[in-house]
Amino acid sequence: MYPRPIPEESPRARLFYMAGVALVLLLWLLPLCAVMLTSIKSTEEIMAGAYWTWPQRFSLIDNYTAVFTQTAMARFFLNSLIITVPSVILVLILSTLTGFVLARYRFPGNWLVFALFVGGNFLPAQIMMIPVRDLMVSLGLYDTFWALIIFHTAFQTGFATLFMRNFISALPDELFQAARAEGASPAQTLIHVVAPLMRPALAALAILTFTFVWNDYFWAVVLTQSDTVKPVTAGLNNLRGEWTSAWNIVAAATIVVAIPPVTMFFLMQRHFIAGLTMGAVKG
Amino acid sequence: MTSVWRRQLRRISPFLFILPGALLFGTVILLACVETVYISFHDWDGMGAMRWIGFGNYAELIADPQFYVSLKNNLIWLALFMLAPPLGLALALLVNQQIAGMRIVKSLFFMPLVLASVTVGLVFGWVYDPNFGLLALIVQAFGGEPPALLSDENTVTYAIVLAGLWPQVAFCMVLFLAGLNNLSSDLIGAGRVDGARGLAMFRHVVLPQLTQVSFIALAVSVIGALRSFDMIAVMTAGGPFGSSTVLAYQMYEQSIFSYRFGYGAAIATVLFVIMAAFITWYLLMMNRMERRG
Repeated sequence: MYPRPIPEESPRARLFYMAGVALVLLLWLLPLCAVMLTSIKSTEEIMAGAYWTWPQRFSLIDNYTAVFTQTAMARFFLNSLIITVPSVILVLILSTLTGFVLARYRFPGNWLVFALFVGGNFLPAQIMMIPVRDLMVSLGLYDTFWALIIFHTAFQTGFATLFMRNFISALPDELFQAARAEGASPAQTLIHVVAPLMRPALAALAILTFTFVWNDYFWAVVLTQSDTVKPVTAGLNNLRGEWTSAWNIVAAATIVVAIPPVTMFFLMQRHFIAGLTMGAVKG
Repeated sequence: MTSVWRRQLRRISPFLFILPGALLFGTVILLACVETVYISFHDWDGMGAMRWIGFGNYAELIADPQFYVSLKNNLIWLALFMLAPPLGLALALLVNQQIAGMRIVKSLFFMPLVLASVTVGLVFGWVYDPNFGLLALIVQAFGGEPPALLSDENTVTYAIVLAGLWPQVAFCMVLFLAGLNNLSSDLIGAGRVDGARGLAMFRHVVLPQLTQVSFIALAVSVIGALRSFDMIAVMTAGGPFGSSTVLAYQMYEQSIFSYRFGYGAAIATVLFVIMAAFITWYLLMMNRMERRG
């Protein structure tokens, strides 16, 4: 262990340590706490300019109900789900296939193909904006869910391939030798040998991809226009323009946007961290 | 007959497996990048016909003062984002203790990482608000005049970068925590037996074992810095007077708002060249590390 563990027999050292950590954590999350505080304040208080005082009247339910009933956030929320869930599923399927081949079959250009997946995934998305937008317009997909689903699936496949290739490479060689000795075809190997071991990788990749796609803002503004298609991130920014002085409502909407990824993160924290570090560290 | 067919299928099935992913990624992502370079040699409004103008867009770019503003801001982003790895390491060292409750503490530290950049932008927009923001409140408590960071040309980029650092530091912290967990306890123990303590221990025993993680943390920070777009779009839309734009934002603005897709593509190409140089270096380093094992 490094740094040296704080000794268990010294409760005072532990207390000091925990107090220090709590202080740093409070400072670290202060901006977020402030938004949470604003989101439960009543409109009267906001109007009066009392942003930072403790709320006199809690309007938690009022504000969050308002977000869903008086704004288009419910629609945006649904749109985000319609875009994110299929993208995640498609990415998982495609990257399992590409990762399996790149990890287990030696062929000329193997490393080049892998490098293109990884390299392409690192490019700032703005570089491909003009052709991708043009492509979606000419396919008649501009301002539809499909435009975002197709783009996100394509883009995330890059990172996901890196991830899956590294995961499948790390599986024990004996499994694959045994499969070959038994005369299993590539498809059989994938279904009977690889697939049963994929659960942790799939879980990690699912939560990562979900977060990336859900949080996207750039493509939301580039590929969509109407409220019926727009995901929450773009919707939130519009809301801010419309509800300029109702900070409590905008704050509540901000929290609502953050809830799905944050919940997923807390529920599947270990997978998230493992995914992020494996994707990056072993790559 | 069937067995020949089956053998053939076996031989080509790896190729069939990789095809859908490679095709999609190749056309939507990679080909698009090449197309951007092609478009950059044209005058194009995004709808009508393209007109070949050779290096015309680049000639204009070199003379465009806004281009240098963007380039300078990109450098500021890059330079300040280099703070993310050391800060992330510091936080990782702070919380790497096995005490009841530390798991929750760690996840709370990671939180900014899972927030959308729009959310981060909005949150910091509130922090910086000169009328009621958190910063104004703190400055007023000390009797100062609250600064309007986001409407001052000299401070605006730094203020946005600071907001961008928030999730980036959390990202580096995650990486370093994983690195700290993989430290060889033998080496640490040997160091302790040899009397290595404090800074000496950190520099000569711990840091060498974190080389790879540090490299990754640095790389993701470079990429994060060059990707900056959302936060600028949400917090200032490039303003005031275009003083907070970066290449990515200038490109977006020129294309989407001014219908100058050829010019936008030229800006994107510059970004592409910078990024491609970096990625090539990264991939070569990665390949070398993988060979070393």
